Amino acid sequence: MHKLRQNLSHLYMMLFLLYLLLPLVVMSGAAFNDSKLPSIVPWKGWTTIWFSEMIADQRMMKAFVNTLWVAAAVAVISVVIGTASAILINSISGRARTVLYGMMISTILIPGVVIGISTMIMWTQLGGLLFGPDTRPWPFIPGLHLSVLGQVSYISAMVMLLVLARLQSFDAGLEEAALDLGASHSQVMRRILLPHLYPAIGAGAAVAFFQSIENFNVTQFTRGGADTLTVYVFSKVRSGITPTINALAFLLIMVTLILALVYEVNRRRKARIEAAREAEARRAEAAEM
Amino acid sequence: MQDMLRRYGPGLTLLMCLLVAFWLIMLVIVPNITLFEQSFRPYLPVTEIGGPRDTYSLGNYMKVFDGRVEKSILGFSYTIPVHVYTFLLTIFYSMVVTVLCFLMAYPLAYYMAKIVNPRSLPTLILLLFIPLWVSEVLRAFAWWIILAFKGPLNALLQAVGLIEDPIRWTNMGYTGVVIGLIYTYVLFMLFPVYNAIQSLDTNQIEAAEDLGAPWWKIHWRIVLPHAKPGIASGSVMVFMLSAGSLLVPSILGSTTSQWFTQTIDQWFKDALDWNTASAYAFLLLLLCTLIVTLAMWLFRVKLSDIAK
Amino acid sequence: MSAGIDLENVCCDFGTFRAVDNANVSIRPGEFFSFLGPSGCGKTTILRMVSGFIEPTEGTIRIGGKDVKGTRPNQRPTALIFQNLALFPLMPIWENISFGLEVRGVDKATRRKKAEELLKLVDLPGAADKMVSQLSGGQKQRVAIARALAVEPQVMLLDEPLSALDLKLRQHMRAELRAIQQRTGVTFIYITHDQGEALAMSDRVGVMSQGRIQQIADPREIYNNPVNGFVAGFVGENNIFEGQVQQAAGGMASFVTPHGTFRARLGDLGGKAGKLYVRPEHTVLSSTPATENSVPVTIGDISFEGSFIAIHATTETGAALTSEIRNDGSATVPERGARMFMSFDPARAAILPDANVRG
Repeated sequence: MHKLRQNLSHLYMMLFLLYLLLPLVVMSGAAFNDSKLPSIVPWKGWTTIWFSEMIADQRMMKAFVNTLWVAAAVAVISVVIGTASAILINSISGRARTVLYGMMISTILIPGVVIGISTMIMWTQLGGLLFGPDTRPWPFIPGLHLSVLGQVSYISAMVMLLVLARLQSFDAGLEEAALDLGASHSQVMRRILLPHLYPAIGAGAAVAFFQSIENFNVTQFTRGGADTLTVYVFSKVRSGITPTINALAFLLIMVTLILALVYEVNRRRKARIEAAREAEARRAEAAEM
Repeated sequence: MQDMLRRYGPGLTLLMCLLVAFWLIMLVIVPNITLFEQSFRPYLPVTEIGGPRDTYSLGNYMKVFDGRVEKSILGFSYTIPVHVYTFLLTIFYSMVVTVLCFLMAYPLAYYMAKIVNPRSLPTLILLLFIPLWVSEVLRAFAWWIILAFKGPLNALLQAVGLIEDPIRWTNMGYTGVVIGLIYTYVLFMLFPVYNAIQSLDTNQIEAAEDLGAPWWKIHWRIVLPHAKPGIASGSVMVFMLSAGSLLVPSILGSTTSQWFTQTIDQWFKDALDWNTASAYAFLLLLLCTLIVTLAMWLFRVKLSDIAK
Repeated sequence: MSAGIDLENVCCDFGTFRAVDNANVSIRPGEFFSFLGPSGCGKTTILRMVSGFIEPTEGTIRIGGKDVKGTRPNQRPTALIFQNLALFPLMPIWENISFGLEVRGVDKATRRKKAEELLKLVDLPGAADKMVSQLSGGQKQRVAIARALAVEPQVMLLDEPLSALDLKLRQHMRAELRAIQQRTGVTFIYITHDQGEALAMSDRVGVMSQGRIQQIADPREIYNNPVNGFVAGFVGENNIFEGQVQQAAGGMASFVTPHGTFRARLGDLGGKAGKLYVRPEHTVLSSTPATENSVPVTIGDISFEGSFIAIHATTETGAALTSEIRNDGSATVPERGARMFMSFDPARAAILPDANVRG
């Protein structure tokens, strides 16, 4: 009975993975089907024509570049704000902490539609207030910079959570030790705290980057006339679709897979090194006895 | 605060406080206050802004009650304002999505926390993460392909012989939307529930087994109560994301499946009436928050349990 | 270079709780001084005040004769060794050791050289490029000491640094610490709750309880002539008799107890009631009563402790007493249930007040 349950649960895991990954395979597969409509049935033969058409698609390439800029800006700003917030939250307590933390977390739950519209309205209103409604200069006009600000408003909270989790495993005694040895405040930050946080900051930057790429709601309401990939794909899906979108999806999935693979290999390597070190410490321990 | 000053000195502390202040004030509080303020103003041509007609009123909110449609449930027919109807269906189907996500995610979360060999867990998690890294629009698009009238799902079902004629999946009310939302957000349920179950001491499960409890009782009395905060935070996440989603309903929706965010989008993009869009967006935020609060009260979960 | 430390009327409050109450102590340059007491007695607070992480509420702290009020930890000539060592896990050993020099702008080659010298001093050559996680507990200990020594402090502050080690290694490290202290001549202030550690390593010991320094003396004096019951109890075992002082003369007094009247040295009672304390190893069991200070007892449990044998006995009124005899081969161990007399030398027994606490 126990064995059966165990096998059933393995089976369920397999099915779940299949459910998650198969749609991506189908989507990628359609990129190679020589059919005007994006599908894998009926299969009309192999082709790479959609990849060359994708590269020829000027609007898509422009959207792609825009997306990278927005994502990079969001990643940088969110990492800075999120890290500062995590450090602040970690060093206060009581009511102030509860209120601030609650406010930060709630930004993740605010619907993107609300963030998009409110960001758009505030900056244009502020511009109108300062310069009059007809002569508002940048940055008080719709555009991707407002998308960046809108995205930062909730992605910062995700970075904050990641960094805060890492801070929890930080021994504040290390900072005191460094201060005691004569380090200045900025030296403590640079040499002791930040190196400990780098893994979380790196993960935060990755999360911020990818969250920004996939953001639709905020961008849709703030972008003005500019395109990002998500917005472009969306408009394509609603108007006439060609499998160029599948070609794009295939490339993005490949990039994701390669990054995931690199990450996994790196993680295993680090785990091996750490295990070897611990074994050495145990040997030294035994030798002292 | 004192602690921070001592560790990082006045300069760095001030810098960090300013960053947090910029975020919370300029990117969160003021925009939402502006949204709130604008939602009470009428939509006017630029020349009339600040003029005699530019007064505060509930007019934008009242538009929710315009345009009644006739509906019937179980033989009772009634009329209901079309936007209220859309809103209620959005909430209802978001709840359906939440419950289905939980039912799908719970067994796997338990498997990851208590059954799987811990050495293969990181690899499994990495595999699970892959769809999360692929953007939402592409995930919805993938299902658009799968559910197409001449798509692979119909082809497969026909080949196996389960159906004779292809089904119009994306023209069956909210079916396509629910399928898409589940696929998009199920992982937001999986990981919180997994984290919660993982913190349960395995000895408790073994003790219950040892005392002769059947497997369903162990889950009902030991695992589920322990995982409640994780389930709550997963549910809040999935519910809010679903109710706030615009992509999935737009791509996988049918002619009969209007989502409330689509209504907001139409006010904003098609009617260019930002004020009414603000009022509707504010309503969405307010009512969703109320529903979440109510659900948390019903299930006796505190906010501090969720925000862990 | 080493500096003395003076605490004058130092108090430290946390809210309404007084963690340190009117501490006065003068630690000499080059001395190995221990603060000994149970957890929560205020010893760590004293250490943190000296290192500058906490400012005293009242009183003055002088390091090398200079008042250090307002001087931040990174500007004091002290180096702290933390209870958990606080080694930087992401830096190799040599960077750990030379961190204090790095923040002072010393160039890399000099730092490296200094680190290797210090590693030799703490008997850990060749570990410069290892990571912290590669070291055993004892090795980490040495690295922590080397790191503190690198900044050439005048005073080393050690906060129970041996508590994480197991017994055998702890004993080995005691000798090592003492040797390093003598080699470098730096003033060591050592915090511990382990009386064995404090007595074995220190030049002088300050015993603390409830925020107050109870006694400052060299280890022998602390053990042999404790000033009150707390000190007597904290640094060793005691047989305790309650009673009243009757006659006092020439530093001795007779003390009336339910078990009879005993003669013993009279401590400074300060007007308070006292109890009579006798260490188990200062008692003698015999089958006939001694001329004075003799109590009839029935022998109970006998526990073999290795180097000595503890014999538990009860008086006629049921009070529990203990006697210890050295396990030198010549000892005859009484039978359980035997009726005997326990007696002690008046010079080895003392009438002492309870702990010195705020009334």
